[in-house]
Amino acid sequence: MSAVSESRVWPAEGLTRVPYWVYQDADIYAREQERIYRGAVWNFLGLEAELPEPGDFKTSFVGEMPVVVTRDPGGELRCFENRCAHRGALLCLKSRGNTKEIACVYHNWTYDLQGNLTGVAFRRGVRGQGGMSEDAQPESQAPRKLRVEAFCGLMFGTLADSTPTVEQYVGPEVAAKIRRVMKAPVRVLGGYSQILPSNWKLYFENVKDTYHASLLHLFFSTFRLNRLEQKGGVIVGGDGGSHVSFTMMKSDQSGDEYERAGMRSASGGYALQAPQMLESVDEFGDGVTLQILTVFPGFVLQQIMNCLAVRQVLPKGVAGTELVWTAFGYASDDEKMAELRMKQSNLVGPAGYISLEDGAATGFVQRGVAGASARASVVEMGGRTVESNESRVTETSVRGLWQQYRKHMGL
Amino acid sequence: MDIQLQLTIENLLSRYVHAIDDDRLEEWPGFFVEKGRYRITTAENYERGLPLSIIYADSRAMLADRVSALRHANIYEAQRYRHAVSSTLVERVNADTARANSNFHIVRIMHTGESMLFASGRYLDRIRLNGEGGEAMFEERIVVLDSRAIDTLLAIPI
Repeated sequence: MSAVSESRVWPAEGLTRVPYWVYQDADIYAREQERIYRGAVWNFLGLEAELPEPGDFKTSFVGEMPVVVTRDPGGELRCFENRCAHRGALLCLKSRGNTKEIACVYHNWTYDLQGNLTGVAFRRGVRGQGGMSEDAQPESQAPRKLRVEAFCGLMFGTLADSTPTVEQYVGPEVAAKIRRVMKAPVRVLGGYSQILPSNWKLYFENVKDTYHASLLHLFFSTFRLNRLEQKGGVIVGGDGGSHVSFTMMKSDQSGDEYERAGMRSASGGYALQAPQMLESVDEFGDGVTLQILTVFPGFVLQQIMNCLAVRQVLPKGVAGTELVWTAFGYASDDEKMAELRMKQSNLVGPAGYISLEDGAATGFVQRGVAGASARASVVEMGGRTVESNESRVTETSVRGLWQQYRKHMGL
Repeated sequence: MDIQLQLTIENLLSRYVHAIDDDRLEEWPGFFVEKGRYRITTAENYERGLPLSIIYADSRAMLADRVSALRHANIYEAQRYRHAVSSTLVERVNADTARANSNFHIVRIMHTGESMLFASGRYLDRIRLNGEGGEAMFEERIVVLDSRAIDTLLAIPI
């Protein structure tokens, strides 16, 4: 049990206050590793399309714990700790590949693709000398195996037997929105990572925060593409930590709420020379041009027009986060759609027209609260509860995150 | 070795990085032909033949949009780059076109004084030797970053 100081008591206001120590405290961070990532949650591991063939593997993380994700010779997805039973060295040093077995480089102990220890070098010694005694049990320290569920081509893993199915975990409404995007076999278009100078929760809150979208990200609002007066909504699912927000965008809105409020994001007179980038195709047939979906504690599924991606949020210390982006299209994409997705990739990622600010904004909070661990942020837009909402001028899904977080953490 | 060709291309590469490092971003699209292509990707994506880009443009107009977004829309802390370009290998393709392959390092300097090695990689260029006004210009510039990880954000072009 990690030692969390008794002074770490959640503010009496409940979900509308987030104490700043939660982003700063090393003991809290250690408890998160144990109770969240290694507890009863579904950790995102990647797209099934990354491991199409038996023998394919990739390395990833469950919180800070390194893992290997494989497709075994029988075609089943497996995940196990990337740690040798012998001395704890990393088993798998490559980020991806195809193999028949995995051998630890340190002393050549070998494993099959299900994570079973299959060989201990010189176990019986050499010419009757050395080796392990008959009753040695190196298997007792074997890498832990995770339960893997592939839901609509998304791979999730959990160490806990008690974690319900992915569909039950996210709730039926969020599950339906996963199916909407993962509607057909996908093709990986590439990936990159963004290293964020902030605690992982600041990024996960940011993705759930529908309130900031058109206020921080000026690009869309300048073109009247994502104003909060447009149709859309927020659905909170599961224990609160999963959500989906969606917008039905129109490019020629006449609303003037922003101008009347004197908002920075209403500054006009700015036009694209090459607007073809934004000529999107309604490939879902429902008019929803933007859908952002999260699953606690670290998964994001994104549809921004025709730009599709998954993001894996990995904690890297109290004040660091790695955001692993994997962009995808459908296996059925023609050349024109491939080209459109390429152009729209300008919208997202570390240089994304509508996302580059997020990397910095979460860091602004991390830096801003450096001397204020006893203070708390105010999360009261859209009321004080956690519920689905037609308005996006709400922080309901941010409160939902804290609801699930506190339950796991006992805070 | 065609010394004149080498110097022409190194001069283009130098003028390009000085324009960026001196914050003359409005001049950046002018280093490309009108239908010039520019993309930033990672070595991992490039070597696996994956099309994903961090920045992608297939015209000077798209590059100009990137500059106006940086000037008018996107929010980021004040920062500058210092590029160091080296080891440029040049190969003539035909009378009008050449290819060049160069290394680069970029130091990013934040307004706070924080200075870091922000990126290293290769420029893979196809260059039109007699572009508008007789200037050498990029037909295609592929920026291949050595690392798959970008610190915080990538605002200013590379």
